[in-house]
Amino acid sequence: MMYFTPLKSAVILGLCALGAILCIPNLFAAPAPWLPWRQVHLGLDLRGGSYLLLEVDMKAVVKERLDSMVDGVRQALRPGSIFYQTLEAQPEQNRILLKLRDSTKLDAAMAAIRPLIAAEGSRGTPEFDMGSSPDGTIVLTLSPVAMNARARGAVQQSIEIVRRRIDETGVVDPQITQQGETRIVVQLPGISDPNRIKELLGKTAHMTFQLVEETANANAGGVPPPGVDYLPMQDNPNQKIAVRRRIDVDGGDLTDARAGTNPQTGEWVVNFTFNSIGARRFGDVTRQNVNHRFAIVLDGKVISAPVIREPITGGRGQISGNFTAASANDLAVLLRAGALPAPLTVVEERSVGPELGADSIRAGAVSLAVGFILVIGFMATFYGLFGWFANVCLVVNLVLMLGIMSLLQATLTLPGMAGILLTLGMAVDANILINERIREEQRLGRPPLSALEHGFTRAYNTIFDSNVAAFLAHVMLFIFGSGPVRGFAVTITVGIATSLFTAWMLTRLLVSRWYAARRPQLLPV
Amino acid sequence: MFMRPSFRLVPDNTRIKFMRGRIMGLVVSAVLSTASVVLFFYPGLNLGIDFSGGIVMEVRTPGPADFAQIRAALSAEHIPEQGVQQFGDPSEVLIRLGAQPTEAAVQQAVTRVRTALEKSVSGVKVLRTDAVGASVSAELFRNGLLALGISLVMILVYIWFRFEWQFAIGAVVTLVLDITKAIGFLAITRIEFDLVMVAAILTILGYSTNDKVVVYDRVRENLRKYKTLPLRDLIDLSINETLNRTLGTSMTVFLASLPLALFGGQSISGFAWVMLFGIVVGTSSSIFIAAPILLFLGENRLRREAAPAAAPAARS
Repeated sequence: MMYFTPLKSAVILGLCALGAILCIPNLFAAPAPWLPWRQVHLGLDLRGGSYLLLEVDMKAVVKERLDSMVDGVRQALRPGSIFYQTLEAQPEQNRILLKLRDSTKLDAAMAAIRPLIAAEGSRGTPEFDMGSSPDGTIVLTLSPVAMNARARGAVQQSIEIVRRRIDETGVVDPQITQQGETRIVVQLPGISDPNRIKELLGKTAHMTFQLVEETANANAGGVPPPGVDYLPMQDNPNQKIAVRRRIDVDGGDLTDARAGTNPQTGEWVVNFTFNSIGARRFGDVTRQNVNHRFAIVLDGKVISAPVIREPITGGRGQISGNFTAASANDLAVLLRAGALPAPLTVVEERSVGPELGADSIRAGAVSLAVGFILVIGFMATFYGLFGWFANVCLVVNLVLMLGIMSLLQATLTLPGMAGILLTLGMAVDANILINERIREEQRLGRPPLSALEHGFTRAYNTIFDSNVAAFLAHVMLFIFGSGPVRGFAVTITVGIATSLFTAWMLTRLLVSRWYAARRPQLLPV
Repeated sequence: MFMRPSFRLVPDNTRIKFMRGRIMGLVVSAVLSTASVVLFFYPGLNLGIDFSGGIVMEVRTPGPADFAQIRAALSAEHIPEQGVQQFGDPSEVLIRLGAQPTEAAVQQAVTRVRTALEKSVSGVKVLRTDAVGASVSAELFRNGLLALGISLVMILVYIWFRFEWQFAIGAVVTLVLDITKAIGFLAITRIEFDLVMVAAILTILGYSTNDKVVVYDRVRENLRKYKTLPLRDLIDLSINETLNRTLGTSMTVFLASLPLALFGGQSISGFAWVMLFGIVVGTSSSIFIAAPILLFLGENRLRREAAPAAAPAARS
């Protein structure tokens, strides 16, 4: 128990030294890029920045899928002259309801729809479950498996688009991660007013080119004719335009978009380029519809609806629509980054300015220093030499904690700093237990070496049991907590682990060395 | 200073009859905890926006803040604030808005407060913005409770495995009493109950368990050592033997938390005060609550089963 082979001593001291080495990267920036340089990150509450929690609107994802399925069913029923009373998406129940006029055509209708389901099905399971009743009703229900797959895809795609949009703004070192099933965390260091980012992320930016239906008068009100929507103008929502529902060209076929100025008028425009598919479609549509109006629709609002003067075959075009330099630029960014599969809502926002972060660091550092001195003073006063052994362990503990946190590249938050201090307060508990036990054993009349042996062995049982319970509580906090509180849980769990090491190994090594050197008749505990 | 300890917290060989005060301890604890439960419902906790949803903005003005001006600026924009108050420095102001009906409304409100302030209060700086929507706040609250509940169950199971069921029940009942008192403390002091407070309560839980396990550990050891000693005297003996350690550790954790309460700044000092309260409660409950419960539960059982009870413990 009290004897350490030279190898064992070397390993223990080596681990302590390793901890110290791992702390070095926190002191200055990496001298060479090839060096592994792992640092503790400062949390946004300390360095200033914004945390946004975004929720992907899954209802919109489902609704969009159902709407496109309704379109598919409509087209599938047309060739067989199968007429229906109702064909509607019911997003609340995740289904499509179809009621035929003539219930004898039920089988024909189902036969027409079946290929749609089979074609859309992925990996064996059909995306929709089809049910029917003899009165001519067909219900297509989106299967939960397919819905989950679609939701996962939508979140993945959203993360990608969010990253591209944020990269365009030049924010340094943004972190974009998924949280839970439908949420995305965006962390923006150094951005204390995330308004512009929120505006950029607040648009799905789904752009389409659709023909204007000249025969309908949108501003007269009433129900639009089949296949036509009345859409508001972007800069004047009261004015509406009748737009055919059919999407001629989709913004997804854009390869580039840049803000620029029209050389003739000097107004701000967005110049865009199509890929080959988009260019061909755009060419076809414009060729067939010269002198018609072509609406450019963004998120259900018409940006502009210019008249097609001549076929546009080069795959390049220009959007004008009362832009300012900023709004033209934003639109270009959105178009370049691509459309979000579903709208995002900000459900939680926390932003901290750099001043407050600096204040917090100062407050945390002062508390840490004062607390450290108080604990060291206490141990020295009440335990003398053995208290100083504990104090050495305390310093090593701090170093090891920082080392491990650097290795994990953990995030240090203000609650995390509080956690470090509390851990130091609790870490000496192991030494207190040891010291008290040794003292007790000595008072029972054991000679020094025997008292040490028994003291350490007996104390370790207690130390282990008492720390496991605390450890469990903080693992739970890490699993269920969020943000800065997780930082707190990380520091405490790491601290418990390192304090077990210092108590179990280092204290014993120090005491055994001291004992070997002095051979005291009485332990000064 | 470097050799002998200068002081002892408690003299050696104390023989305090703690178990004489067991009824007293339990009654006082029960009364305090009942009062805390009442306080939890009325007036209730001062829920922070983490759990209630809403908006908090901390702003700094160049000179001492003019609260009337800020209120006027907000009401001019028809923003229904729930409080404009000083926060630490006289130049720092905390603006609160209640929960908004939808997530979009929360975001709009944040923007409106910002523009209203920038328009009418010159040189104002927004130091911090926290905006939490209703769905997130409900979820955070549920997760907090879940973390607390699962921790308690795990502690129960762990102690049951390592000791006996009487120990586990004693510890967990005591922990629940400790937590209710911490909640009562939060209700009285009106310290905002937010995520950091959940962390504080879980830390108290960890600390308090740690403290109980040390006493229990000594009881377990003494059960093996003194086969005939009545449980009541045995528990007294165990508490006395560990008294220096119990007080020593609570002192160090107390000393570590104190600077956080004094210098930690607004956001962390509430946490630290709850910790300080929890340390006092957790330490005293190890002696006056957890031990008496063990005495009641184990009066005959632990003694009669002394031999089988020692067997699993001996393996550990």
